[in-house]
Amino acid sequence: MIVEATGLRKSYGATDVLNGVDLSVAEGSVLALLGPNGAGKTTTVRILTTLTRPDSGTATIAGYDVLREPARVRGVISLTGQYAAVDENQTGRENLVMVGRLMHLGRRTAQRRTTELLEQFGLTDAMDRRVRTYSGGMRRKLDLAMSLIARPQVIFLDEPTTGLDPASRFAMWDAIAELVRDGTTILLTTQYLEEADRLADRIVLLDEGRIVASGTADALKTQIGGERIELRFSDEVQLLKAAGVLSGVVDQLVLNVPSDGTAAHLHQVLDVLRDNGLTPERVSSHRPTLDDVFLALTA
Amino acid sequence: MSHQGVLAACSDAVTMIDRSVRLARRNVDTLFVSLLLPLLMMALFVYVFGGAINTGTEYVNYVVPGILLLTTGYGASSTAMVVADDMHGGMIDRLRSLPIHSFAVLTGHVVASVARNATSTAIVILASLAMGFRPEGGVLDWLAAISLLLLYVVALSWLAAGLGVIAKSVESASTLSFFMLFLPYLSSAFVQPESMPSWLRPISEHQPITPVIETVRSLLIGTPMQNNGRVALAWCCGLLLFSVLLATSLYRRRSNR
Repeated sequence: MIVEATGLRKSYGATDVLNGVDLSVAEGSVLALLGPNGAGKTTTVRILTTLTRPDSGTATIAGYDVLREPARVRGVISLTGQYAAVDENQTGRENLVMVGRLMHLGRRTAQRRTTELLEQFGLTDAMDRRVRTYSGGMRRKLDLAMSLIARPQVIFLDEPTTGLDPASRFAMWDAIAELVRDGTTILLTTQYLEEADRLADRIVLLDEGRIVASGTADALKTQIGGERIELRFSDEVQLLKAAGVLSGVVDQLVLNVPSDGTAAHLHQVLDVLRDNGLTPERVSSHRPTLDDVFLALTA
Repeated sequence: MSHQGVLAACSDAVTMIDRSVRLARRNVDTLFVSLLLPLLMMALFVYVFGGAINTGTEYVNYVVPGILLLTTGYGASSTAMVVADDMHGGMIDRLRSLPIHSFAVLTGHVVASVARNATSTAIVILASLAMGFRPEGGVLDWLAAISLLLLYVVALSWLAAGLGVIAKSVESASTLSFFMLFLPYLSSAFVQPESMPSWLRPISEHQPITPVIETVRSLLIGTPMQNNGRVALAWCCGLLLFSVLLATSLYRRRSNR
């Protein structure tokens, strides 16, 4: 395991932020830490990246202890934080070369990697403009490029797409997917189930400083029940009749029918209703959200 | 630290100096104010207040060493703000998660601060000559005066960097560094301490700025040196040591929250 953490605890004053978190990430895999604001995601990342000392617990990155060998840990990781960590008054190119030099790349290597990364992230045209003129999406891309300059073994991405518009979010997902293909180990945090689903091999669900569930995206979805079709009826007679012909869960005047989310299944459900002379008032399809996951797992 | 470690630390420091100097050059507002304000202050004291203050000498000759110290105070307080701004931006987390010595980041800021201060001090000296400042010191006296001022600027810049590290915001950094701007007014910079009330005089005579000013005065315009040189040197070295330790340990402590 390239990232290994056991029993991480941290409190600020009387507030417990982490209540014993265990994590492990296999080399070349992607782990998503999923949870709402205040769940302890950022604190976990800050401990693993040597920025914060835990009150107790241990963690190693590539075999190096984050508390005893922070300098070695910093040599093999990179961190892209929630807010783009870039110098506003330097150009994109200057930012990249600077970080390359601080990662102790030679001057020429730093410049070559800078050119490559600017190209890869589509920032070549903007490379000699000061970062203050960049859009939010460009900043995040530059930020990620800066994290990659010395080819780190483990990359930490703290909410990489929070606050981005949809187009920039997709671009960011593509960039991350490319890293995954190259076999980089990634630990990312997110508030979005969709993002975790899309990028991660394994998901760890964090709530109030505790891990409430972990597993693959599919396993988690099965655990909380997957997609469903909601059928709302105007009266109880129709509702009960529908419940007799379709398997589902009744909640007030709504029948929840589990679904695989395909159009074919929706057709089938509507056909069954029509054949039985039933007309629901409203039909809606419902995908599990982070809220559902939390309600299901923390209630 | 191994030989290689020392080399790496030096290379980190050079990279960070490069960054800070570049950022300082591009921070036009701060640069402009730190260059212009001391000139305005000097004009104010020479042309407005000067006529009413009797120091037994040509007032411009008396006041220039004081203006030089006031200039460095302004420069240092803007350094505190620059450092505080950096500590609250996103960049600092990245810098802290890189395998570099904590010394390098602050060294970058301090060197940029010294460079900015040296520039503004040089401008003030040139302007003072145009305003009628007629120093008598020879080359060696000038070298000694410049060295002492430089030592004082380095020490004050480290102190400012330390204040920038503990400040909760840029505004509070500006407030914290207020005393660096205020202290020269309570020294022998603008008036002779003998003209102050008896309770204030000891404060004026025994604070660090007075011996530094008196030493520069003695070197440049030939007032009696007495033991001012030694006291000034002791203050500057002590302040430097204290400030470096304070700034680096505060920086490291902030990393561990």
